[in-house]
Formats: sequence, C-alpha cells, structure tokens
Amino acid sequence: MVLDTNKDLAEPKGIWSWITTVDHKRIGLMYGVTALVAFFVAGLEALLIRLQLTTANGTVLSADAYNQLFTMHGLTMLLVVVMPVGAAFMNYFIPLHIGARDVAFPRANAFSYWLFLFSTIMLLSSFVLGGAPDGGWFGYAPLSTQLDEFVRMDYYAIGAQLLGIASIMASANFIATVFTMRAPGMTLMRVPVFTWMAVVVSFLLIFSLPIFGVGLFQMFFDRNFGTQFFGGGGDPLLWQHLFWLFGHPEVYVLILPAMGIVSEVFPTFSRKPLFGYPFVVFSGIAIGFMGFGVWAHHMYTAGLGPVAEAGFGIATMMIAVPTGVKIFNWIGTMWGGKVRFELPMMFAIGFVSLFVIGGLSGVLHSVVPSDYQQHDSYFVVAHFHYVLFGGGVFGYVAGAYYWYPKWTGRFLDEKLGRWHFWLMLLGFNLTFAPMHILGLNGMARRTYRYPEGLGWEFWNQVATVGSFLIGISFLFFAWNLIRSRKNGRVAGNDPWDGRTLEWSIPSPPPVHNFDEIPVVEHVDDFWHRKYATDEDGRAVRMPDVTGGTLAAETTTGDDGEANRGSPEDMHMPSPSYYPIVAAFGVMVTGYGLIYIPVGWVAAGVGLLITLWGFFGWSLEPVTRDAHHD
Amino acid sequence: MTQTAHRAHPTPAMYWGIALFLAVVTALEVAVPYIPALDPVRVPLLLIMAVIKFGTVVAFFMHLRYDKKLYRTLFLFGVIGAIPLFLVVLLTMHAF
Amino acid sequence: MTSQTAPVEAQEHHDIRPIRKAAMWVFLGSEAMFFGSMIATFLLYRNNTADGPGSEIFDIPFTSASSFVLLMSSLTMVLAHNAFEKRDGRGTRIWLAATALLGITFLAGQIYEFTEFVDKGLTLSTSSFGSSFYMLTGFHGAHVAIGIVMLLAMFFLSLEGRLHEERGLNVELVGLYWHFVDIVWIVIFTVVYLLQA
Repeated sequence: MVLDTNKDLAEPKGIWSWITTVDHKRIGLMYGVTALVAFFVAGLEALLIRLQLTTANGTVLSADAYNQLFTMHGLTMLLVVVMPVGAAFMNYFIPLHIGARDVAFPRANAFSYWLFLFSTIMLLSSFVLGGAPDGGWFGYAPLSTQLDEFVRMDYYAIGAQLLGIASIMASANFIATVFTMRAPGMTLMRVPVFTWMAVVVSFLLIFSLPIFGVGLFQMFFDRNFGTQFFGGGGDPLLWQHLFWLFGHPEVYVLILPAMGIVSEVFPTFSRKPLFGYPFVVFSGIAIGFMGFGVWAHHMYTAGLGPVAEAGFGIATMMIAVPTGVKIFNWIGTMWGGKVRFELPMMFAIGFVSLFVIGGLSGVLHSVVPSDYQQHDSYFVVAHFHYVLFGGGVFGYVAGAYYWYPKWTGRFLDEKLGRWHFWLMLLGFNLTFAPMHILGLNGMARRTYRYPEGLGWEFWNQVATVGSFLIGISFLFFAWNLIRSRKNGRVAGNDPWDGRTLEWSIPSPPPVHNFDEIPVVEHVDDFWHRKYATDEDGRAVRMPDVTGGTLAAETTTGDDGEANRGSPEDMHMPSPSYYPIVAAFGVMVTGYGLIYIPVGWVAAGVGLLITLWGFFGWSLEPVTRDAHHD
Repeated sequence: MTQTAHRAHPTPAMYWGIALFLAVVTALEVAVPYIPALDPVRVPLLLIMAVIKFGTVVAFFMHLRYDKKLYRTLFLFGVIGAIPLFLVVLLTMHAF
Repeated sequence: MTSQTAPVEAQEHHDIRPIRKAAMWVFLGSEAMFFGSMIATFLLYRNNTADGPGSEIFDIPFTSASSFVLLMSSLTMVLAHNAFEKRDGRGTRIWLAATALLGITFLAGQIYEFTEFVDKGLTLSTSSFGSSFYMLTGFHGAHVAIGIVMLLAMFFLSLEGRLHEERGLNVELVGLYWHFVDIVWIVIFTVVYLLQA
C-alpha cells in the first residue's frame, strides 16, 4: 500500500503544521507538554511556599506574595496541570482505544487546546500585570468580590471561565466520539476502562462546569457592575454552593483518568485480564453520580444545620464504597498473575497504596464532628495531596512511562526512571505525611506564617526537604523525557505485550491510526488476536499476528463495502488555522473584560476576531477535497 | 444514505395541533394568578402546566420521543438530576 | 448500545448527523445546568428587593404576549425543519425567516420591558432581586440573539444553495438549540413571572 504519495496521510512537518493541526495525537502531545511546563511553574510556587513555612514567622515571602503563590499553586495544578494531563491522554488514546481515526470534531478539539493555552498564558501573565489572583483557588466571597483596586480576581473570574469553556467543548467532543464512532463490534462493554473513565469525566465536566461558570459570572458582575449576588443583599454562601457543586465533581475529574490508566497498566504487567471489568466500569459510573451528591462536605463549618450535615456526611462515607471496589479489583488483577515490576507498574502500585492512604484520611473528614476540628488545618492539605499527588500524579506518570514508547517509538531510560520513582516516593511522603501531624496539632492552612513555640517547626522542615526531593525527582523525569526521544532503547509496536488496540499499530502511529478499522470481538481485543487459550486455560501465541498492524482481514461494513481504508477513500480532516484564530480572539476578549471600562474596546475587537474565526471555521469544508461546495 | 431512518414523524398538521395545545395551556397558565379561588394550589398547578409545556416541546418539536433512547435517557437524567441538587442548595439557604 | 451500525467516521462520506446531534444534546445538557443555576439564584433572591421594586412591576399581560410569540416560533422552526427534510428550499426559507422574525419580536419585547423596569427603578445593582432577574433574562436574551444569527445565516446559505443535509450548521441542529431556548423561557415565565405575581 503506497501511502506516502497521498499528501493527507504523510506526517506533516514544521511549526505551521502544529499550529494548524487537527490531529488528536498532536493535540494530545501539545496538551501534555504544556501541562508539564505548568507543573514546573506550579512546583516552583510550591517550593517558595515551603521555604516560607520552614521557619516560624518566616520572612521569605510577604503575606501578599504568599496569597498569590498559594492561590496560583492550587489553580495551576488543578486547572492547568492535572486536568490538561488527563486531556492529553484522553485526546491521544480515545480514538485509538475505540478503533477510530480521530475524534468527532477535530477542529473543535484544536480550539479547546489553543483556548487552554491562551487562557493559561493570560492567567500567568497576571503575575507581572499587577499581581496574580490572591483569593485562594476556591475564591470565597466576600474576600474575592471586595478588593477591587486590583484586577487580580478578575483574572481568576475570566481565566477560569475560559478554561472551563475549553473543557466543556472537549468533553462534548469526547462523548460524541465514544458514543458514535466506535469500531464495528466494539460494544460499550468492550471499551477499555481508560476510555470509559474518560466518558464519565466528560459527563462530570459537562454538568458541573456550567454551575461554576454561573458563579464566576456572578463574581465578575459583583466586582465590576455593582450587582449583589454575594454581598449587599446577597449571601456569600451562595458562592460556596456554586463553587463546590463544581469543585467536588472536579476532584473525580482529576482522579478518574489516572484510575483508568492504572486499570490498563495492572492487567498488562500482571499478564492477566482486569479482574471484574464490569465492576470497574460501573464503580466509575457510580463515583461519577455520587460525586454530585457530596459537595457540601466542604462546607460543614458554614452552618448548614444538622440535617444537611448528616446527609452529606453519610453520602460522603458511601462514596468510599465504589472506590474500594476498584482497589480490590486492581489487587485481584495482580493476584495469581505474572507480575513484572517495570516502571509503569511501579508507579501504578505507588498510586494504589498512596491513594488508599489519602482515601482513609478522606473518610475521617466525612465524619462531621471530626471535620469541625480538621477543617482548614493541614490535615486537609495532607489528605488531598495524598489523593491528588500520591494518587493522580503517580497514576499519570505511570501512563507516561507506559505510553512513551507508543508516542515516540522508544522506551524511557530505565535507570533515570528508577531514580525518578524512588526520589519521588521518598520526597512525596517526606513532604506530606508530616502534614497529618501538623494538622492534628492545630496548624492552619492558607496562612503565610505561624508563630513560634507551637512545636510546628520540625515537621515543616522535614516537609521542605521532601519538597525539594520531589523537585529533583522531576528533573530526572524531564531529562529522561527529552533524552530518550533520540537515545532511548527502540520499542516496537507492542513493547509491553499489551492488550488494547493502540498496541496493534506502529509506534508512533501513522496519521490515520489504523490501516484498516478493526472488527472487535472481545474486551482486550488485541490480546485475543495474539493469543488463544489452550485446554488448560493457558495463553498460546498465535503465529501469524505480529505486534504490527492488524493482519489484512477484509472486513465488511453493513453497507456491503469492504471496511478496508485504502488511501483513496481515507479522508483525514484537513488542517485549519481557524481554531487558533478563534481561540486568540477569545483571549483578547478576556483581557478586554478584565480591564473594563477601558477594556471594552479590546473586548469588542476580540469578539470580532472570534466571530471571524467561528464563521471561517463553519464555512470551510471539513476535508480538503470535500465533494460538496 | 443514512443508517438511522426517521421513524414516525409528526406531520405539519400535527405540529399546528401541538402549537394550538401549547397556546391553550399558556392562556390557562396566565389566567391562574387572576383566579383567587386557585390561590392555595397556584404553585403546584403552574409548575405542572410548565412541565407539560416543557415536555411537549421536548418530545415533539425536539423529536426526542422518536429519537434514540440514549438521548432521552441522558436528557432526563440531566434534568431530573439537576432538580434535587438545586433544591438542596435552596433548602439549606432557607429560600422557602 | 451496540455499534454494529456505527458509521466509521465523519469524513468517509457517512452521515455525520448522529454525531452532531449527540454533541448538540450534550451541549444542551450543560446549558440546562447553566440556566438551572441562574434560576436557583433567582429563587433564592426573589424577595431581596432592598427597598427597591420587586415583582409588582411585572406586566403579566405584556410578558404573556412575548411568551406566546416565542412559543409560536418553535412551531415555525419545526415547520422549517420539516420543509428542509422535504427539500423544499422556498418553504425552508419562509419558515426560517418567520422564526427569526418572531425571535426578533420577542427580543424587542424584552428590551422594551427592561427599559420600563429601569425607569421604575430596577437595575442590575438595585438589589439581589434586580441582579438575579437581569442576569437570568439577560443571558436568555443573549441566547435568543445568537439563535437569530444562526437562523439568518442558514437563511442566506439556503438562498445561495449552500444549505446541505450533511453540513454542520444544519436546520435540525439549530432547531434543537432554538427549542431549548424556548423551553428555558417556559420555565422562566412560570417561575419568575407567574409564580411571583
């Protein structure tokens, strides 16, 4: 099959090709790189925080600087690092997992990325334009609505709004993709767990982000148009409800893709199917649903009243159940399997153990009277870092070691990887384990210094040492990522003897993903093409399927035509510059809104650019040689 | 060319009929606040009428009645799910 | 939920409408939460009038007339879709134009109403009631305006013979959006106007 004569299918080169790309794989890589850079930025913010808190009455940072740094650390890590890392993996692998050539709306996909990038730039630029948001990532009113000699919280109100729009679009994109573009035979209960979790996450975002969006508009209006949503005749508690109605589902958005990744890594490196696939899927769905019913457990001390507090307390305890189900399924996957302690597996096991610890402190929070003591203390900081870093980051890093060979065709270096793992494990625990003690001993969070004589200095010093170890471990990781692209051991198409469809195509994949859309007959369909089971239930390697492209079966679609995608009838979506234009216009509008009344002009200009982008986008043909128009 | 054939489809005459129905319900709705005898049941009555109009537009004009069951499920979950969420917020804030 | 009939993907000459329709319903789901939050906010603040005007300034007969206009625009919208399915270009354009016209009439009514209310002392900043009323009805009006733009765009595309079934901006999708904007108003009319009268 001669592919390189077809311009559409050759791998495009040059900066312009990245700027106009609509290829989900490239978009995924861009999300990942951006998120990694942001991780270092947010990590630096954390190190500064740690330096300030190492000693009592610290003088490294002023209160004002501290407020900006801890606000941006939270905001960046959650909205600019972890969510986009999830988006990176989802972008790259959803189409590959379901046997598709791209997502449902490739240009909208590109738009989501560019809007994310520009919103991030806008948010970070606030540091040098009068100060970054300083009201906490949770932006409680009336603090967030009152100080209006600075525009800082306007950066928050607009920045988070724009990031939310990018996420909503991406979520609609992914849902449409998984529900309508699966390969023949791929029923929903044959979809890999990672992609299932992506679907749950997309629904969580679709339903929770708009609520946050309303709150952000209300905050912006209170700050700029004299409305009374949270002040005057309004109630600051409304903000808390609107925020946490989003904020709680958000934490499941952060963790579920990592759980999905781990659900792929465990079976591969135990050489066993995932234990209880339906349970893992349904528990993910249950977590999604229940995640909407527990938001006020962030508000126990806000005076909700005993009925509400009891109700949310019980609901919160119950949500531990589906999570526990997953843990047992992962353990069950390892049990009796041939476990290989490769780097992805090490990080995945790290995920499970550290996440369990974080989950246990979470259950302690669910008990209302107990939380009265723990709320706003470092015990909470310990809890969420264990689940988000010990859980989330370990899981996403596992995904990076697992899938790096697929992205680049090479393995990440083994030795550097082990340095990364052990330093990160040690550094992480040194940093956050002591915070349980500090919290229970009364140290309050979100404050820039603490007094002498309360005995908090020692564990703060330990935590600071740990945080620098984390930093060093990530330097190993970054160096590994960069270096292994050229120097890494060559991986083939299927370096781990994997189970899912992405391992059936070359590393890195061609633009069109699959030469032929596979017809799927099992969960872990690729595994079943490679192995049959003998009478003793053992896997027997099939001789004629290599780890390369799927063997040329001529499959028939239901219209009688062969499903073979030959170059002549494979129309990949054409690149387009309208997504980046439209996203740029939105950013200009955003800046304009932040600086109203002067900014109205800029907002107007931005709107025109956006409209130009959207109109051009809707009127251009999807593919270069579309037959209509 | 399409795989998903359009099944039973309302005719224009049916659409006019539905529009008439909606107009009548609207007229009744508007009348309710002006009838003092209905004051004790005003709230549930108006809510029910709004739900009827809402459902009629969604089912027939938006074609949900004839579409894939999946859409109906998703939509109903969304709408029905949203209501308890906001109800809890309003109740804890003593809005009623 | 099996996918034996799933199209391979959009670009290979298969009907992309199920994909776009799925996306539109998902989007409408998120819009439902968006308006739901604003309606809840209004319900919370419906009595927070801060010595300013409250629901007594509503003109129920006038708003009823606007509501009726918007309701009928759903009829014309569905007739436009019907004509389009029958490949009746002229009919499509007539009903699209009618829908846009009714939408513009509704918006005009809203603008008139707002100027009346401002005259009577109700602005965004008068009270929480004012803030939440204008935010809810304002965002709704903005959605109507965007809908009118899309209707007019389709009208002109149809004139040029460029309105195709497989196009992204097609009549069915815009119809779904338009009906949604109508049903949101059904809720607003009941909750904000009739229930507070």
